[in-house]
Amino acid sequence: MRRVGLDVGGTNTDAVLLDGDAVVHAVKTPTTADVTGGITTALRELLAAVGASGPIDAVMIGTTHFTNAVVQRRDLTRVAAVRIGLPASASLPPFVDWPDDLAALVRGEVVMLEGGHEYDGRPIVPLDERGMRDAARRIRAAGITSVAIAAVFSPLNAECEARAAAILREECPDAAVTLSHELGRIGLLERENATLLNAALIGLARRTTRAFTEALSASGLAAPLYLTQNDGTVMLAATAEAFPVYSFASGPTNSMRGAAFLSGLSDAIVIDVGGTTTDIGSLRHGFPREANNVVEIGGVRTLFRMPDLLSVGLGGGSLVADDGRRVGPRSVGYRLVNESRVFGGTALTATDVAVAASLIDLGDRRRVADLPADLVKTALARMHATIEESVDRMKTDARDEPLIAVGGGCFLVPERLPGVSAVVHVRHQAVANAVGAAIAQVSGEVDQIFQNLTRDAAITEARRIAEQRAISGGADAGTLQVVEVEDLPLAYLPGNSLRVRVRVVGDIADGATARRRQPTAADR
Amino acid sequence: MAPLRPVTAEEIESLAIGAWILGTGGGGSPYLALLNMRALYRQGAVVSLMDPMDLADDDLVAVVSNMGAPLVGQERLTDPRTIARAVTMMEEYLGRRFRAIMSLEIGGGNAVQPFMAAALLDRPVVDADGMGRAFPEAQMTSFAIHDLRMYPLMLVDVRDNAVIVAQAASWKWMERLSRTACVAVGSIAATCKAPRTGKEVKDCGILYSTSKAICLGQTVQAARRAHRDPIEAIVEAERGQLLFAGKIADVARRATEGFLRGTARIDGLGDCRGQRFELAFQNEFAVGWLDGTPRVMTPDLICVIDTVSGEAIGTETLRYGQRVSVVALPAPPVLLTPKGLEHVGPRAFGYDLEFTSVFA
Repeated sequence: MRRVGLDVGGTNTDAVLLDGDAVVHAVKTPTTADVTGGITTALRELLAAVGASGPIDAVMIGTTHFTNAVVQRRDLTRVAAVRIGLPASASLPPFVDWPDDLAALVRGEVVMLEGGHEYDGRPIVPLDERGMRDAARRIRAAGITSVAIAAVFSPLNAECEARAAAILREECPDAAVTLSHELGRIGLLERENATLLNAALIGLARRTTRAFTEALSASGLAAPLYLTQNDGTVMLAATAEAFPVYSFASGPTNSMRGAAFLSGLSDAIVIDVGGTTTDIGSLRHGFPREANNVVEIGGVRTLFRMPDLLSVGLGGGSLVADDGRRVGPRSVGYRLVNESRVFGGTALTATDVAVAASLIDLGDRRRVADLPADLVKTALARMHATIEESVDRMKTDARDEPLIAVGGGCFLVPERLPGVSAVVHVRHQAVANAVGAAIAQVSGEVDQIFQNLTRDAAITEARRIAEQRAISGGADAGTLQVVEVEDLPLAYLPGNSLRVRVRVVGDIADGATARRRQPTAADR
Repeated sequence: MAPLRPVTAEEIESLAIGAWILGTGGGGSPYLALLNMRALYRQGAVVSLMDPMDLADDDLVAVVSNMGAPLVGQERLTDPRTIARAVTMMEEYLGRRFRAIMSLEIGGGNAVQPFMAAALLDRPVVDADGMGRAFPEAQMTSFAIHDLRMYPLMLVDVRDNAVIVAQAASWKWMERLSRTACVAVGSIAATCKAPRTGKEVKDCGILYSTSKAICLGQTVQAARRAHRDPIEAIVEAERGQLLFAGKIADVARRATEGFLRGTARIDGLGDCRGQRFELAFQNEFAVGWLDGTPRVMTPDLICVIDTVSGEAIGTETLRYGQRVSVVALPAPPVLLTPKGLEHVGPRAFGYDLEFTSVFA
């Protein structure tokens, strides 16, 4: 199978062509303001380099575009929030605890209705269908085009959300609808927040996906387009454009997955040292371990499928204090090539210290020859201590594990760390994220409370549901494997309640690919 | 009589931090209750704190708490009107008006519940509670230790349901009856416990625990602002003891009889390197062993705190790799009496250990 993987970052757009397990070619180009320009350039350069060496089976794009929109408060759509759960939850309406500036951009209508379920699936009170219809008419009158619906305990019983969506579609057929049970986990506010963010990004997601598709056809590629997700899997672009929040962390995820693929390791810690920050994650069966806790995005607390990442303020551009005792979190970032000592500037950065210590040869090393040996030693020790502690934090196992080092600043990673069996460097590490995009598979996940079942029976049932979901997402049933099982007993609930989370992945089914390929082949 | 003292919005923030530490791993996160208080204060509410000694002997005090599964609370959230309704319905049942409201349990989210009711009912909050920390069951209070009457109890949900336990044969029966009603309404309910007279609060309550929780929160906040070690600040301010510092190496949990039970192992770092600390919990941390020898046990407060941020860590959120400090804080004296230990000592949690306090 020949796949193209693209990573559209804030600074660079990277592209790789993978043939089976081999990286055929890789290119790096600057990201353009219109996003499409960078992709077109990257694809043109990639295809020119490999020539007409055969058809491309799939194109996978990973992008940080949607996260950046939330963080930078731009390109957001105004949203109507529908909360179903009254009389519960009334005092804490949607957008509670959001940063004021972001709420001011996103908050349109706020509707709270009776309905929702109990933890055991019984209704709290019946859904207020009439209230929903009135609200839908108000939403239409207000000219709002994107609606987020969240009902109490919808991950256990989605009836209320589904019924509300049906009424909404009758009254506002053109509105985009995001349902919380399709995104999040138990925890109403955090799940609702993820739903609201998703709804706020719907417009941008559609425009961006369309631009990606156009860039692809402009490059003469007829392969199906997939967007990569937070968990290292893919969705067809047409499906993925409805779930922009699922791509929030696809950058670091693809980088970790790419690192795993390039190193041939499936269980390891990955450290990605950039210019300003270092991301550390843990790979299990080739996938990043998921966060089971609240993740803040642009100041909003969310709880949904995100990788468990530790970000620390250390990178190649981190500023070093005069005595070397403090490194970062302030950084010159992308201005490293102008402002650091070795590149003719005056700022003392982590890169300058690394050059002085002969860890790497960059710029003009004579410009750091005057650095006191003590300072270099102290600063290096400080950085190594930070990295050591951060790596150790992300380990879930007391046994030694390999550490894969990637990123432009990976020379800062010491060759020996406690708890680490070996520090692994890989070829093509600069485009690990595009490689990670190219190798992505399809997943299915379940997170549910099971009662009166043994632990084994609950996990078996959860696994069956997850496999079903993966297959309907386009996975080849024969290649499914379980990548994550977690069970958490619950306090104060009767009947041996157990919350089980299972995730399975599989290769893209030939059928799914073929179905998508046929019309495009006919066009050709 | 001292005037009532208005509690500022900043003090409510501090209360949430302090109460979470006094929760000793349980009690539920105060986050949702705190969000409610922020909203109430933005609308102009100001709750006053009352010195328990200012209660007249025959005043009547409402003792409130939220009851149920923290997970259900994460979906149904918490609403000041529910806890306020538990109080007003109890007043209707008794045909008497409460002078003030107090918390059953200062550890965790229940520290903030009386403030939610007080903001709506324009009543002061008494600076006291019935535990001085968090415990999992109804008979684990200073009122139970003093053999006070355990009924009536008012339990209400978000709908128009309300249950009165008019009488119970024992605290265990009260726990059983109220727990059954709680499960029936969806495993979350607001409760107004057996009303207390001013004299009972003064004689049998854990006094000044609300201001203690506020001070504890302020200590952590001040340490953070000054980039000081929050653990050292907590130990110093509360005359506690730092028992161990390390990293979580293993966590095992299981749910039995409606409780979250389990163990956690911490491998030592810094001065504790080479040593191992083990914790057992039943919703709250119950016993700690240093290298296999019992080091600390309930009712001494066993607080597991993030070494860097000073934030408390609950038994539900313990994770491998967390850098934690185990701090013991002194328990209220009434819990240390022979009668107190019958209710909340190690044997009450199934550990056949003779209680010794780290502060003895």
